[in-house]
Amino acid sequence: MKRLFILVGVLLAAHLGLLLAHRGGAAAETGTGPSVGVVFDVGGRGDKSFNDGAYLGGTRAARTLGARVRFIEPGEGSDREAGLRLLAAEGSDLVLGVGFIFTDDLTGLAREYPKVHFAGVDYALQTDAAGNVVPPPSNLSALKFREEEGSFLVGAIAALAGGSKKVGFVGGMDIPLIHKFEAGYRAGVMHVCPDCEVLVGYAGVTPEAFRNPGKGKEIALSQYQAGVHVIFHASGSTGLGVFEAARQTGHYAIGVDADQWAEAPGHVMTSMVKGVDPAVFDAIKRVKDGDFTGGVRSFGLAEDGVGYVYDEHNRALIPDAVRARVEQLRREIIAGRIKVPSTR
Amino acid sequence: MTTTALPASEPRPRGAVRAALEETLLPPVVALLIALVIGDLLILAFGQSPAAVYRLLLEGTWGNAYGLGQVLYKTTTLTFTGLAVAIGLRAGVFNIGAESQLAAGGCAAALVGLALPAGVPGLLAVPLCIAAAALGGGAVGAVPGVLKAKFGAHEVIVTIMLNFVVLALLNWFVASKLHVPETLHTPEIHTGAVPRLSDAAAAFHGSAANATLAVALLAAVAMGFYLFRTRRGYELRAVGLQPDAAEYGGVSAGGVWIRALMLSGAIAGVGGINYVLGYKHYYEEGFAGGAGFLGIAVALVGRNHPGGVVLAALLFATLSQGGLAIHALVPKQMVEVFQAVVILAVAVSVPEVRRVLLSARRVQA
Repeated sequence: MKRLFILVGVLLAAHLGLLLAHRGGAAAETGTGPSVGVVFDVGGRGDKSFNDGAYLGGTRAARTLGARVRFIEPGEGSDREAGLRLLAAEGSDLVLGVGFIFTDDLTGLAREYPKVHFAGVDYALQTDAAGNVVPPPSNLSALKFREEEGSFLVGAIAALAGGSKKVGFVGGMDIPLIHKFEAGYRAGVMHVCPDCEVLVGYAGVTPEAFRNPGKGKEIALSQYQAGVHVIFHASGSTGLGVFEAARQTGHYAIGVDADQWAEAPGHVMTSMVKGVDPAVFDAIKRVKDGDFTGGVRSFGLAEDGVGYVYDEHNRALIPDAVRARVEQLRREIIAGRIKVPSTR
Repeated sequence: MTTTALPASEPRPRGAVRAALEETLLPPVVALLIALVIGDLLILAFGQSPAAVYRLLLEGTWGNAYGLGQVLYKTTTLTFTGLAVAIGLRAGVFNIGAESQLAAGGCAAALVGLALPAGVPGLLAVPLCIAAAALGGGAVGAVPGVLKAKFGAHEVIVTIMLNFVVLALLNWFVASKLHVPETLHTPEIHTGAVPRLSDAAAAFHGSAANATLAVALLAAVAMGFYLFRTRRGYELRAVGLQPDAAEYGGVSAGGVWIRALMLSGAIAGVGGINYVLGYKHYYEEGFAGGAGFLGIAVALVGRNHPGGVVLAALLFATLSQGGLAIHALVPKQMVEVFQAVVILAVAVSVPEVRRVLLSARRVQA
């Protein structure tokens, strides 16, 4: 009995002691630039592509623009709105949601907080009953990418440099956003090699399909087995399984969103890079400069919003003739002579 | 106590009150203090001030109406899943399927809400949706119940595996038949919205708290009545304590298991109302977000008592919402670790403190 009260006393003393052990208050935010809040999707950070790109853009803005950037990674679905709202209610200058899943919450909050700027990476434009596109609120900037254009170019690379009439594609969640990658890729393959065949696999129909490396490896192994030499993945961290399969079987993979060479050095032919980092940085810069406007901002080849990696690492994997051909294609797309489809 | 004039079998009222107080207060106090000390060390390891982190946590949860509303919203779902797991454990069956039962209930409620014509009044539509949610969750719960009673299949394995089956089926169903393009959710339901707390008090504006909380509290009261005041509840507890003895006393253990798991699933299923009718007005894939699994911890910390479950749900809801608020100072994973520390502290220290209390009393007697 007495021992219990002694235990309570000791614990209480330890707790109070530890409370006083650290004299500093909350770490003060430094910087004089705009205050920015970035909310990732559940389990998004650490995907080494899309979400981490937004993180890079935010930290770069903190470093070079003096922006005070807060990052929130929600623990569950209902926290997405809570995270955005927390930042909006605190009077942030810009609140940014990373991923199409934030679309509804961003739209609602932008109407509710007309003085706060909002931006949504991959914001999905909704259509009304009559089929007309509903524009986002005037304080909301929809950062959209023409992924199909970059995918077209890596499709051409896969067909020209892969050495097989069969090329592979691994998608994450089976949704229109990912179909854009597939459609552009297929068009790129077919443009340079009309009798080629594209093998397509999707990891699932839920957001889980973007973080399932086991499934990614399974699909990739079966495609390599079927004679594919190169696989382009658009599947978040599911793609880590595709790289694993490429390394194991000595084949090639094409990364997505960011330069993914480091995931399987020597086996990453190139990566279809999506400029999430510059787009996020640009949104913060526009808030700082006072010329932030709502509406859709579309980033494609012409804006350097999408592209492919060609550097000292993978130069050996892409012959000069292929490189020249792909650069020619890039110019033709920018000039509008090639129309890249964005739907299957 | 040794000098008491009364016989040992009739302890003095004052001593009895004191003993009851010690028994109810000391175990959670010890557990909380252990958790706090470990929390202090964790926060210090991140180079932050524990006092600052705790203050931010309280400010973001109980410190303003919005935070409080969010806490109450999360408490609602966790109360349902906690009660669901608790009623199973009272009958001696461990339901790990609350996650998929919650999702199935939410989906069933959304289907009924979408099917009802627009003119149906809320007073009719909401009970219909609640009934659908209970049926949806209860149907999922019935499967492990029947398999256990008829074939002796262990309910832990069945409920775990059913989570995958049910969630995959729901996702397939919604993704292929119902969803709005470029989203993961069904169209919006226009009938049977549950009133928000902010409708009654404007200060709660923006928070998701809604009248489903009242349903959750009613469910807790009803479950307490059922468990401790009805014959069926007595049978259920008897089977939970010792199935063979209960069978000998004329109770069908198999029947009780089926009933308990169906009730468990139904309670978890009604929890789906909180999100589907109270918050978003649509069913979205993955809305359960682990609340079903956290229900196990809630039941454990609440010691399978309806009142305890409500309090434990409040604690975990506070930690979850507070986790968002302190995100600026410490990583999200630290909050998850802290939740686990709370669970461990309760699991280890509560029985231990009770044992010490009881043995101390025996020595005194």
